[in-house]
Amino acid sequence: MTAIALPALPPTRGYWSAVGRRLLQDKVTVACGIVLLAIILAAIFAPYLGLADPYRGSIIRRLRPIGTPGYLLGTDEQGRDMLARLVYGGRLSLFIGLLPVFNAFVIGTLLGVTAGFVGGRLNAAIMRTIDVFYAFPSVLLAIAISGALGAGVLNSVVSLTIVFVPPIARVAESVTTQVRNLDFVDAARASGAGPITIIRVHILNNVLGPIFVYATSLISVSMILAAGLSFLGLGTKPPEPEWGLMLNTLRTAIYVQPWIAALPGTMIFIVSICFNLMSDGLRSAMDVRR
Amino acid sequence: MLVYLIRRLLYVVPIALAVSVVCFSLVHIAPGDPLVSILPPDASQALVEQMKKSYGFDRPIPVQFAIWLGKIAQGDLGTSIATSRPVLQEITKAVGNTLMLAFAATLIGFTLGCFFGFVAGYFRDTLVDRIAVTVSILGVSVPHYWLGMVLVICFSVLLPWRPPTGAGPGSSAAWVWDWEHVKYLILPAVTMSVIPMGIVTRTVRALVGDILSQEFVDALRAKGLTDWGVFQHVVKNAAPTALAVMGLQLGYLLGGSILIETVFSWPGTGFLLNAAIFQRDLPLLQGTILVLAMFFVVLNLLVDTVQTAIDPRIRRG
Repeated sequence: MTAIALPALPPTRGYWSAVGRRLLQDKVTVACGIVLLAIILAAIFAPYLGLADPYRGSIIRRLRPIGTPGYLLGTDEQGRDMLARLVYGGRLSLFIGLLPVFNAFVIGTLLGVTAGFVGGRLNAAIMRTIDVFYAFPSVLLAIAISGALGAGVLNSVVSLTIVFVPPIARVAESVTTQVRNLDFVDAARASGAGPITIIRVHILNNVLGPIFVYATSLISVSMILAAGLSFLGLGTKPPEPEWGLMLNTLRTAIYVQPWIAALPGTMIFIVSICFNLMSDGLRSAMDVRR
Repeated sequence: MLVYLIRRLLYVVPIALAVSVVCFSLVHIAPGDPLVSILPPDASQALVEQMKKSYGFDRPIPVQFAIWLGKIAQGDLGTSIATSRPVLQEITKAVGNTLMLAFAATLIGFTLGCFFGFVAGYFRDTLVDRIAVTVSILGVSVPHYWLGMVLVICFSVLLPWRPPTGAGPGSSAAWVWDWEHVKYLILPAVTMSVIPMGIVTRTVRALVGDILSQEFVDALRAKGLTDWGVFQHVVKNAAPTALAVMGLQLGYLLGGSILIETVFSWPGTGFLLNAAIFQRDLPLLQGTILVLAMFFVVLNLLVDTVQTAIDPRIRRG
């Protein structure tokens, strides 16, 4: 057999590099990305930033105002440095906000793609079970499970994962069903590809993008709910720095140092809005019709 | 229509049953013995057995479920472990307050959301549009429990009146629709309304944009219809979806009011849930969740029915 010399093709830019280029042109997305990156990096490298000890309080310097020398953002109700607590608080807050969406992305994709690809009874079994969770408003479901399991970081992650699996699975199922009925899947099957190959090459490559974009749109809700569970006392326990819990313990101080009391919530707000805007940016960057 | 309604009603039965299974299992995923909060730590084995018997915890789980479901059908949601009062009695008191708050918030959110959405949809890519879009993104991204605190701060620092919390003077007294009482409703309702406002703005903006780009609008204009006439057509086309979104939002607010109620000490179901969680009062937790979830199921049914009734394009029967 003689090898047929293919004409040298110009190096094609892949879909993902096009998406990346469009993302970089989107000023809002880039700005949000920088803000989030700064917050995440600060949280990760908090011990190396020369901050005060976020756990060490003092009776004599409680609730100092913002701008006090040595305490840039003042001190909280137990005299602990607010700046340090906000930076360290990012560690747990981001963790409990991001992890449920990641877990739900993995589990929901698994369930949805299986249901969409296999179809029939298995599809009905999975999707009808998921319908049940749609009968609960999401906050109520999170609080019901968290409340029954009791307070704790792990429990709040578990409850939020359960909240986010159904919507992701629904999206995964619907895109998989659409892709499965396309001609190239039939072509692959006709040319002898097994179900594993078809799922891996033909299905997953086409459905992961939309599912991922949808999952990123849930991060903001997840951050708000995770901090909300801590706010109610269902997440971590004092004296651990966590934005939701800090907001709760500072509630008693709103008439003394109102702006300090509002600070942890401001962090939740900033992170949540950045994730929302980035998700919007990603959605339009991945939209090939544009 | 009738066929659709019957089918939809039949579909509610398995969902309602499944919801009750989830609520029932809440007690059983809870770690530890459900009686642990009322029994003294040194309780004798005989006492433990006796209590288990009186609460029915000694039967097999499917039997417990059947008994529980039978009691619910008769309107008996069990007895609160913390207060020893019937759960149903505790809930009926609180549900009214939550409903009032959620209705007020939905009304504010829907009105503002429709206004912003229409303006933005009509004037795409103008400054007004950008403002409306920003408002809607802020609305869906804001941690509303924090917004509640900020509003309290604003009114207490910038204005001299310290906003009251609770539901009216003498919190537990009966609600009256006068200024004395409505004053207490304003801040929590406004705080709660930002999420539906953001979502309704987003939906209506997209809807109006879609409708205006359709050919029938050009036809209407070509026919010589005034802007007002065209606007009426747009409203007619957007209404079913917008109303459906509003209905669902009301349901989410009913279930999600716990955070706002905690911030404003509003004596509703959220307040009850909070108490139930921290006193480990599982029957109360279970009952409250069940009632709220059933409200949501019924609301979903209503939304679907109303949408089908007013939108002739939907022929799902």
